Amino acid sequence: MTDAVRCSPGDWVEVERVLLEVAERAVGLPADTAAQPLRVWVKGYARSEAMIGDTIEVETMTGRVVSGHLSAISPGYTHTFGTPPAEIVHIGRDLRARVAAYRAAAAAVAGGMASPEAGE
Amino acid sequence: MATRYEQIMARKGEIMVRALGMDYAEFERGPIAFDYEGMMAAHGYSLADIRGIQRAAGVGGTPLLELRNLTDLVRSYAEPGFGARIFVKDEAANMAGSFKDRRASMSIHVAAKKGYAGVIAATSGNYGAAVASQAARAGLKCIICQETFDSRHIGQPEIVEKSRLCEAFGAEVVQMTVGPELFFHMLELLDETGFLSASLYSPFGVSGIETLGAELAEEMRALTGAPPTHVVVTHAGGGNTTGTARGLKRAGATSTEIVSASVDLSGLHMASDTDFNRKSFTTGHTGFGVPFATWPDRADVPRNAARSLRYMDRYLTVTQGEVFYVTEALAKLEGLERGPSGNTAMAAAMSLARDLPADATVVVQETEYTGAGKHHWSQLAFAREQGVEVRAGDPADNVPGTAIVIPERPEQIRAVDFDLGRMHRSYVRNALSRAPEGYVPTPEDIVFLAEDTNTSPATIEEIIAELRAG
Ligand SMILES: Cc1ncc(COP(=O)(O)O)c(C=O)c1O
Repeated sequence: MTDAVRCSPGDWVEVERVLLEVAERAVGLPADTAAQPLRVWVKGYARSEAMIGDTIEVETMTGRVVSGHLSAISPGYTHTFGTPPAEIVHIGRDLRARVAAYRAAAAAVAGGMASPEAGE
Repeated sequence: MATRYEQIMARKGEIMVRALGMDYAEFERGPIAFDYEGMMAAHGYSLADIRGIQRAAGVGGTPLLELRNLTDLVRSYAEPGFGARIFVKDEAANMAGSFKDRRASMSIHVAAKKGYAGVIAATSGNYGAAVASQAARAGLKCIICQETFDSRHIGQPEIVEKSRLCEAFGAEVVQMTVGPELFFHMLELLDETGFLSASLYSPFGVSGIETLGAELAEEMRALTGAPPTHVVVTHAGGGNTTGTARGLKRAGATSTEIVSASVDLSGLHMASDTDFNRKSFTTGHTGFGVPFATWPDRADVPRNAARSLRYMDRYLTVTQGEVFYVTEALAKLEGLERGPSGNTAMAAAMSLARDLPADATVVVQETEYTGAGKHHWSQLAFAREQGVEVRAGDPADNVPGTAIVIPERPEQIRAVDFDLGRMHRSYVRNALSRAPEGYVPTPEDIVFLAEDTNTSPATIEEIIAELRAG
């Protein structure tokens, strides 16, 4: 997302609009959802110059023309991997040790049975 | 005056007939029964045809891997002689990162063949990326309608990642706030564009999953000399269970037990704006799994091709914390860093394998890709930001939307059996309530309901009598 507030024709932008006002929404929604309008965001190439918040038309990747309020210019993504939670970081070390211990014990049993001392 | 919403919904039948690419009316037998197998066969593609189409589309043929370290981990705490061998079909190796490519490849094939200019699908999950990827290869336009944000414009990171991937493949992504009217907007777009509705629930899509079941049966035969004793399937809308089970049967694996698995999200409302971002899973959970199993025809097609109760022998639930634990374990023990939905079945499989003899074979039939947003670290950080408590402890103390409890030890991973009898009753109640007032089920209806629940006509008669008695 750039900090630009003005787009030029052809820029990749995002527009926002209300698809259904509260009064137009489906019946039977949970109260929290019913209290909000249904909003929609679509990205496309700006068809004119505009400032953030202006009504503008965009042409989407499928060639549809959609109008809405300009909500972002060069909209990008910022989701991440997060940071390692303390509840998770020990798992790898613990489990590798457990598998190794299990195999060592199994090998000892198998080795013990096959050893000459055990056999004679 | 009718609202815009009501006007479009009133034209639903007309819009869908054009958009579905097939006529469902010919399979109807009455208010309850319909010809399921007739509907599934109508496209005329054999399993071999579908394999050919998918090979050309770059889909399927994913590796089947034995997980020896995970198996030994389970054996380290199972009773002596117990701890089944665990395998996984690495479906993340598909181009868009999940088994959903199998579904999408068939819808796209049909769209291209029938001359549609593009496709539309309503999905917040992997299916969107799969449709977008396949559409790009076929030179078709693609619109994906997604429920992405709550009313604060905060997006579930996993869904935001899906927006990104769909756009990466050249799709137009229509992002919306929470609400079932997503379907209304999809109808508006189908009407405006004349594109094919690439429903997750069409016979094309569900047939596309049959290759997964068939492949894994053959690969297990080659590896162990027999089809698997158990296949564990992450379950939401039911296509995964249905298609996999049908494919196994086609490949002759008729005695394999089909175990569906979902993350327990009981108590959270799927259409609630506030609950929307209090869940760490966007699919493979009971919020879809139970309603779709007990009423498949709630889908965006007249008759749903995904009818999971026909095929599931058991339905296991696991908690969010258990799946995150197993996701980390799989990466560290097996070198497989994979996403949350596939690992739902993996968590259930670890619990199941512990209770099975060491010579049993358990196949987790899919993985999905992971990455920023989908990753378990990312999900746990987001949950904390939304006020959900994350702590270590006994996963039995997990409360969906309130507390995610990460197990401290693998022995604490314990899947819970969902009562299938309860699901059958609920399914029959739903089927009867959709028929006109006073309608008396015919013998054909009873046989249909028995097939659709994998029970017997006698069981259906008993359930109906029980429901009548109130
Ligand atoms: C990776 C993955 N696994 C499992 C599922 C569940 O499949 P279905 O909805 O067909 O039950 C989905 C879809 O939502 C998915 O994307």
